[in-house]
Amino acid sequence: MTTTITRRSRLHRKEHRAALAFVAIPVIGFLLFTLFPLLFSVYASFTNWNGISAPVFKGLDNYTKMFGDRYFLQSLWNTLYMMIGIPIGLVISLGLALAMNRKMRGTTFFRTVYYLPVISSIAAVAILWQWAFNGDFGLINQGLALVGIDGPNWLQDTATVKPALIIMAIWKGLGYSMLLYLAALQSVPRYLYEAAALDGATAWQQFRHITIPMVRPVTFFLIVTSIIGGSQIFVEINIMTPTGGPEFQSASIVWYIWQKAFDNLQMGYASAMSVVLGLLVFAITFIQFRLNRRNQFSID
Amino acid sequence: MSAQNVITTPPLEPAQEIPGGAGSGKPAGRGRAGRGSRSAKETLRLGNILTTLVLSVGAIVMIAPLAWTFSTSLKTKDGVFELPPQWIPDPFVWENYARIWTAGPLLTGIQNSLIVACSVTIVGSLTSALAAFAFAKMRMPLKNVLFLGLLSGLMIPFPTLMIPQFTIFASIGWVDTLLPLIVPGLFGNIIMIFFLRQFLNSIPDSIVEAARIDGASYLQIFWTLILPAIRPALAAQFILWFMAMWNDYLAPIIYLNSPGTQTLQLVIANFNAQYAIQTDYPLIMAASFVALLPVLIVFVVFQRQIIESIALSGSKG
Repeated sequence: MTTTITRRSRLHRKEHRAALAFVAIPVIGFLLFTLFPLLFSVYASFTNWNGISAPVFKGLDNYTKMFGDRYFLQSLWNTLYMMIGIPIGLVISLGLALAMNRKMRGTTFFRTVYYLPVISSIAAVAILWQWAFNGDFGLINQGLALVGIDGPNWLQDTATVKPALIIMAIWKGLGYSMLLYLAALQSVPRYLYEAAALDGATAWQQFRHITIPMVRPVTFFLIVTSIIGGSQIFVEINIMTPTGGPEFQSASIVWYIWQKAFDNLQMGYASAMSVVLGLLVFAITFIQFRLNRRNQFSID
Repeated sequence: MSAQNVITTPPLEPAQEIPGGAGSGKPAGRGRAGRGSRSAKETLRLGNILTTLVLSVGAIVMIAPLAWTFSTSLKTKDGVFELPPQWIPDPFVWENYARIWTAGPLLTGIQNSLIVACSVTIVGSLTSALAAFAFAKMRMPLKNVLFLGLLSGLMIPFPTLMIPQFTIFASIGWVDTLLPLIVPGLFGNIIMIFFLRQFLNSIPDSIVEAARIDGASYLQIFWTLILPAIRPALAAQFILWFMAMWNDYLAPIIYLNSPGTQTLQLVIANFNAQYAIQTDYPLIMAASFVALLPVLIVFVVFQRQIIESIALSGSKG
C-alpha cells in the first residue's frame, strides 16, 4: 500500500517537473517581455526620463501635464472618433455574411476576394490608399468624378482626413468580421427558422429575433477586438499622414506616444500616456464583459 | 449560448403566406421579391442572381485598390498623371520591377523579414506546442494560475510595453539589429498556446497514458504522438503568425534605423516617403506590390486552412 503511494507520488513529481520545464519557456518570456516592462512602464510614468540618464521621480506630474496637453487630448479624440468605423463595418459585414450564406455558386471566390485586404500588409495597404486618396489623380476622386463630384484632397483636408482613414479601415477589416459572422450563421440550427416560418414570422422578424441573437457572441467578440485594435491604430497614421495630419487631425494616441518617446525622448511622459492607454484598453474590455453578461441575463 | 432561449417570439401578424424557402436557414434578403405569384424556386433563383450582383459590385470595390496598385506599377512616371486615368497601362513598363531592386534595399528587406519571421515562427511554434502539451495533458502544480497569468498578458497592448522593451534591448546594444524582433518571439506565443491547448483537449488522455506505460518519456510522447496529432492546428496557427510577423511595422520602426537592417515593411514605407517627392509612383507601387505578393500567394495556397482557423478563433473567443 505505502509503496504504491510513494511510487505514484514519485511518478507525479516526475510529471510535475517535466510539465513545469515545458511551460517554463513561455512563462519566462512573459516575465521578461510583458510583466517586467509593464511594471517598468508604470514606474517610469512617475518620472522625468529621457531614456539615457537615470529617471528622476516626479510624482503625478506627467499625469497632470497630460490632461492639459492639447496634443494629447486631440490624439485621444482622434482615436475615439475613428472608431465610428467599427459599427459601420459590422453592419456591412453581417450583410455580406448573410449574402454569402446562401447556397449558390461563387461564394468561395467572393470570400477570398473580400478577405484579401485582411491579410495584406498594413504598410503596403496604407501606401496604396495614400495614393488612392490623392486629390488630383487618386482612384477615389476619379471614381467620384464619374458621378460628377469634385472630391477633396482627402488626407490634407481637416474635414476629410479622419473619414478617409475610417473608409480604409473598414475596407481592410470587412473580410475578417464577415468570415466570423459567416461561421456563426452556419452554426445556427435550421429548425429555428423552420419553426419560426411555421409560426408565420416574416423574414425580417426571423432576422431580428433569431439571427441577431444567435450571432451576438460574435458581435461581442468583434466589438471588443476592434476597439482594442482601434485604440492602437498607428501604422496607417505614420505612413499616410507622417506629421499627424492637417492641424494634428489624424494623430492617434499610439502615434503621439511613439513620437514623444522616440523623437522627443520624453520617455517618462510617453510612459504615462502608454499606461493610460493600457488602462483604457483594460477598462473597455472589462466594461464590455460586464455589459455582455447583463445583455445575456436580460435575454434569459 | 443563452441566446437559444430567445426565439419564442409569437407571430405578430395574422398568419401570412410563408415566404419562399424561408425555412432553409437564410432569413434575410430572401423572399421579398415576387412573393406569391412566382414559385419558391424562382424566387430563390432571382434572389441568388440579385445577391451575386451585389456581391460582385462589392468585390470590385474590394479589389479595385489592389488592381490600381498593380496597374500603376506598370505605368510610366508621367502615365500616372494622365486624365482620364488608364486602367490598362500603355505602354507596359515592366522595367519598374527591375528598377526597384537598385532603388532601395528591397532585397535585404526581404531577407531580413524572412530571417525574423522564420526564426520566430519555427522556434516559437515548438516552444508554444510544448507548453500547450503540458497545459492540456500533464499534471502540474499551479497549472491554472500560470495559464491565466499568460492569458492576462493578452490584455496589455504592445505600446504600453514598447518603451521599457526598447530600453532593455538598448542597454545590451541590440538596437539596430534584428534580435529585439526575434528573441521575444522565441519564447512562444500565448494565442498559439491557447488554441493548441484547446485542440489537444479533444484528443483523449489515454494515448498519453498508454505511451507512459510503454515507458516513453514526455519529450518522446510530444515528438511522436502530440506533434503529429496537432499538425493541422499547428500549421494554421503557424501561417497566421508568420503573416503577422511578415506584416509587422511598429516594432521594426522602433528598433531599426540603418537601411541594411530594415525589414521589408520599413523599406517600402521609406520608398513611399522618398519617391513620392520625386513623384515616382510606379516605383513605389511596384515595391509595394512585391511586398504584398508573398502573403497573397501564401493565402491563396493555404486558403482553406487559414479561413477555417480564423473562423474557429472567432467562435472560441
